[in-house]
Amino acid sequence: MKIALIDYGAGNLHSAGKALMRAADEAGIVAHVVLGANPEEIAEADRIVLPGDGAFRDCRENLAAVDGLEEVLHETVRVKGRPFLGICVGMQLLADVGEERGLTKGLGWVPGRVVALDPKERHLKVPHMGWNTLEKRADHPVLDGLPFGEDGLHAYFLHSYHLLPQNEADLIATANYGGAVSAIVGHGTAIGTQFHPEKSQTLGIKLLANFLRWAP
Amino acid sequence: MTLKTRIIPCLDVKDGRVVKGINFLELADVGDPVESAKAYDAAGADELCFLDITASHENRGTILDVVRRTAENCFMPVTVGGGVREVEDVRRLMLAGADKVSINTAAVKDRAIVGRAAERFGAQAIVVAIDAKRVSKDGEADRWEIFTHGGRHPTGIDAIEYAVSVADLGAGEILLTSMDRDGTKAGFDLKLTRAISDAVSIPVVASGGVGTLDHFVEGVTMGGASAVLAASVFHYGTFSVGQVKQHMAKAGIPMRLA
Repeated sequence: MKIALIDYGAGNLHSAGKALMRAADEAGIVAHVVLGANPEEIAEADRIVLPGDGAFRDCRENLAAVDGLEEVLHETVRVKGRPFLGICVGMQLLADVGEERGLTKGLGWVPGRVVALDPKERHLKVPHMGWNTLEKRADHPVLDGLPFGEDGLHAYFLHSYHLLPQNEADLIATANYGGAVSAIVGHGTAIGTQFHPEKSQTLGIKLLANFLRWAP
Repeated sequence: MTLKTRIIPCLDVKDGRVVKGINFLELADVGDPVESAKAYDAAGADELCFLDITASHENRGTILDVVRRTAENCFMPVTVGGGVREVEDVRRLMLAGADKVSINTAAVKDRAIVGRAAERFGAQAIVVAIDAKRVSKDGEADRWEIFTHGGRHPTGIDAIEYAVSVADLGAGEILLTSMDRDGTKAGFDLKLTRAISDAVSIPVVASGGVGTLDHFVEGVTMGGASAVLAASVFHYGTFSVGQVKQHMAKAGIPMRLA
């Protein structure tokens, strides 16, 4: 299995690459990770992972700056239906529009907006920073065997904005932080996690293994 | 379904080596930051903090290699601070694998760096480290001032005013160290922690002075901290990370237990 881990200058990829290899081991899949943004490599990949650390606008501009990248992502994921995983801002980019520091257009694969967190309880601090458990909202193959709820596994969050999908069906899992925070969204063969699976230890590796096993 | 309080061990790194190594664990190389990071990861630390205290300019790059190797070997969130002067320094650390970068003196000199860094990397990645010391006398209204150079240089800047200002500029977290308490084991300066935590809407990490298990609890329940950072009590094995977390959970604080 060929995994394209997209490097477009929006953060570190070492952890994500290592976590994907460990997940492949766990899933019993022989895989190799290709780092970069070469459209030909991406077109041939069986799985595509788009990380993203930073501000929405900055990541969006970096993505647009790579010649042919958006086109090949669209073709490979939206037309050919290869499984795609967006992480953190890589997930937020799936929305129609982001509201962080001015309005910026996203890829529009998951109808919705990226809006500022606004926890109902005033004492809760933003960014939502640290370990939280998840609540399942919809069935999805990437959730297989993951324990949810109060006694479930923890995911590591680090964000001030989240993707609010227009369609309830696209919201796969949430975390509770003064209200529901989008944790996993999905539409077609594209999914995204607001938290960092590569920093979320057991839960992260299990989810990545499920993503590699997923055959939509 | 609650966000958990974080426990953050902090390692001082000089020229790519850990200065105060962990001496309670059987490590192959106590001076290797990556070995220490792995040990804390296994112990259940919620995040790790590297403070680069490299003095010479030529060796400044050594921390990048430490961060890179840690990111390759540990699936844990890492904050890196020390010697961050420009947005370019933040970028280099982020690309090496830091999840958050902490800015100290550079922000005291020119707060605008906080805004520039947050604009580029998002507020969630930018920590402002504040070293504060009480300057009010007994009987006077509480007042704390920002100090630099390990607490030796007063700046005349009010700590609360400064915290509010860097939060407005886009800092995502404040790492607050009481220079009066640092190294004393007398507990956090709870009044200071509470004053800063109440004044800003971003998370505050309490640091400086922890000596007992109850000190960790007080930092959260009385100080209002979202996370607690400590160095020597962990490195010298006074307490394990797990022991601290169990104690805090018993006190009713939501923790991520193994």
